[in-house]
Amino acid sequence: MMMSHPPRKAVLLGATRGMGRALARKLVERGDRVFLLGRTPADLARSASDLAIRGSAEAVGFHECDLERPETFAPALAAADAALGGFDTVVVTAASFASQAELEGDPALLARLLTVDFTNTILFCEESRKRLLARGGGTLCVFSSVAGERGRKPVALYGAAKAGLSRYLEALDHRHHSEGLHVLTVKPGFVRTAMTAGLKAPPFAGEPDEVAARVISALGSGQPEVYAPLPWGPIMTVIRNLPRFVMRRIKF
Amino acid sequence: MEQEPQLTGWGRIPGRGRELVSEDLERLTEGAVLSRGLGRSYGDSSLPPPSVGAVATTTLADRLLAFEPQSGLLHAEAGLSLYTLNQLFLPRGFFVPVTPGTQFVTLGGMVASDVHGKEHHVRGCFGEHVSRLKLRIADGRILWCSDDQHSELFRATLGGMGLTGHILEVVFRMRRIASPWIRQHSQRVDDIDEYIEVLKDSAKKWPYTVGWLDCLTPGRHLGRGILLAGDWAEPELAPARPPRRLPSVTLPLELPSFVLGPATTKIFNTALYWTHLQRTRDRLVSWETFFYPLDALRKWNLMYGPRGFTQYQCVLPERAGRGAARRVLEVLTRRGGASFLCVIKDCGPQGKGILSFPMAGVSIALDIAVRDDTQALIDALNECVLAEGGRIYLSKDRFTRREHFLAMEPRLPEFQRIRAQWDPQGLIRSAQSVRLFGDRP
Repeated sequence: MMMSHPPRKAVLLGATRGMGRALARKLVERGDRVFLLGRTPADLARSASDLAIRGSAEAVGFHECDLERPETFAPALAAADAALGGFDTVVVTAASFASQAELEGDPALLARLLTVDFTNTILFCEESRKRLLARGGGTLCVFSSVAGERGRKPVALYGAAKAGLSRYLEALDHRHHSEGLHVLTVKPGFVRTAMTAGLKAPPFAGEPDEVAARVISALGSGQPEVYAPLPWGPIMTVIRNLPRFVMRRIKF
Repeated sequence: MEQEPQLTGWGRIPGRGRELVSEDLERLTEGAVLSRGLGRSYGDSSLPPPSVGAVATTTLADRLLAFEPQSGLLHAEAGLSLYTLNQLFLPRGFFVPVTPGTQFVTLGGMVASDVHGKEHHVRGCFGEHVSRLKLRIADGRILWCSDDQHSELFRATLGGMGLTGHILEVVFRMRRIASPWIRQHSQRVDDIDEYIEVLKDSAKKWPYTVGWLDCLTPGRHLGRGILLAGDWAEPELAPARPPRRLPSVTLPLELPSFVLGPATTKIFNTALYWTHLQRTRDRLVSWETFFYPLDALRKWNLMYGPRGFTQYQCVLPERAGRGAARRVLEVLTRRGGASFLCVIKDCGPQGKGILSFPMAGVSIALDIAVRDDTQALIDALNECVLAEGGRIYLSKDRFTRREHFLAMEPRLPEFQRIRAQWDPQGLIRSAQSVRLFGDRP
């Protein structure tokens, strides 16, 4: 395939499932090289085979890395660096999710989710950022969520972690843009994946492939954030501007 | 009160059920009674039995696990779609050994239905090209089966409608093709008897044959139609560029029932016949146009309105003689039944799948909108097919009565014996197996 840019060398955390899987496939199909990080080696091996066949390229490497265990971050990134000969892109799609009702009923689950989606994701980003800056920059692409855009009833807790993450990523862009670090914050709306399978899909629910296509184009353009699928940009503009008395009333 | 979740087959006849999804098929199928792929079987084969709420949907388990370009051997998870396979492998010069008439099916579904296509007379069913299957059987174990390993279970699973266990992974052989273009020969035919004649004759010369018939014009011209035959074009005959992808549109909403009424059906069929002005025509077409013309209109099943539709597909054995197809179509026209689309194919000998549908003869498929008299029409068709020594295709069926099915299927006792051996409690079952096989609800 024709490449409009030199192939990327990308480390992907969470690419065995959902939107991460869709994005990884698009990357290898256009000729990028990838290295997979995730929790279960057997599962990583299967995704690595899948990507190697789809990209009809060399074998895809992988290494264990668990967002619940920050001590796995540095060795995993070192392994990726060695395998790719210095990566230039890090993509984080891994996260924890549970419904508002589940989180309200189980403080231990809540503590775990807040730690994974906020504290540990930031620790992983910090580790990645340092490596990228040390070689003169690169791309850090992290999946946050529209759930963090406004305090909303159905995602009060999950949204809080994502709000914090989005703010951190915004600051990272302000702080390091001039040094060549491209921070891309992805804010997916409702996407039909296994994660959302039990939930009632709202209008404008999208597919992982649509999100992946939007992210690919945002990676190329250098923009700092992207809403996906397409309708969620305008939808969130409205939601961000709704007055408090309306937010108290609506269920969204 | 919470509304009961709706789930249907491709025919959209109202049904119930819920889909559980996960990338982890091994975990998802633990304790599940049935797996479902893209839901392209027309009737109730992919719906849970009445007392069970959910089926395990495999579509997120869609990873390619190994591919050997020398042999064409491909190993993948059962939820991988034929659409994806075509996207990835046609540009590399590989195609599935056997394809059904739509790309929106999963590998697991292709095995469970033991799908056949325009090439059945030369290549048999998909199952003939499967070398191994990974199954989760009823007692929870995960095992591999093949011709050499649990061979009875293997043969029962090919065409076994997912009733022998959950199909987790499939290993089969892809075929090399000469180019992504098809050399297509088409021929206008005056009536059903000539049609069968020409069909059998083209089968000797072409690997792919299929035909569409007008079964509304009664009398002498009953079953006039157009026969298509084709083969992969040699590279020197084909354009160097790959074929342009077929544009696809999605039908945005359900149409009212009268849209596909008898009048429109008649106009459509007459028009289709007369657009083929020359007696024969030869041209190059893309693989998509040749194999999957209906895929261009996504969700075309919405055309049939709120009551949905069924497809009646049967195979008539050679020994029934050449008049058998005419006799089946006459049952349809005599009852005033209208089939929007009628497709006739040539079938080769029965394959190794114990309950696999095709047998040497011809297969007839009729798309029928559901009306008040649909049950009576299907009953009449079944009685005719039974008298001719034929049988029906379970993947299309929603209306057949148990007594008709039992009379058509002398192979059933053997299938049930193998099933009972691997699933003594009768855990794995579907709405259809409750209706036709007598499984517990």
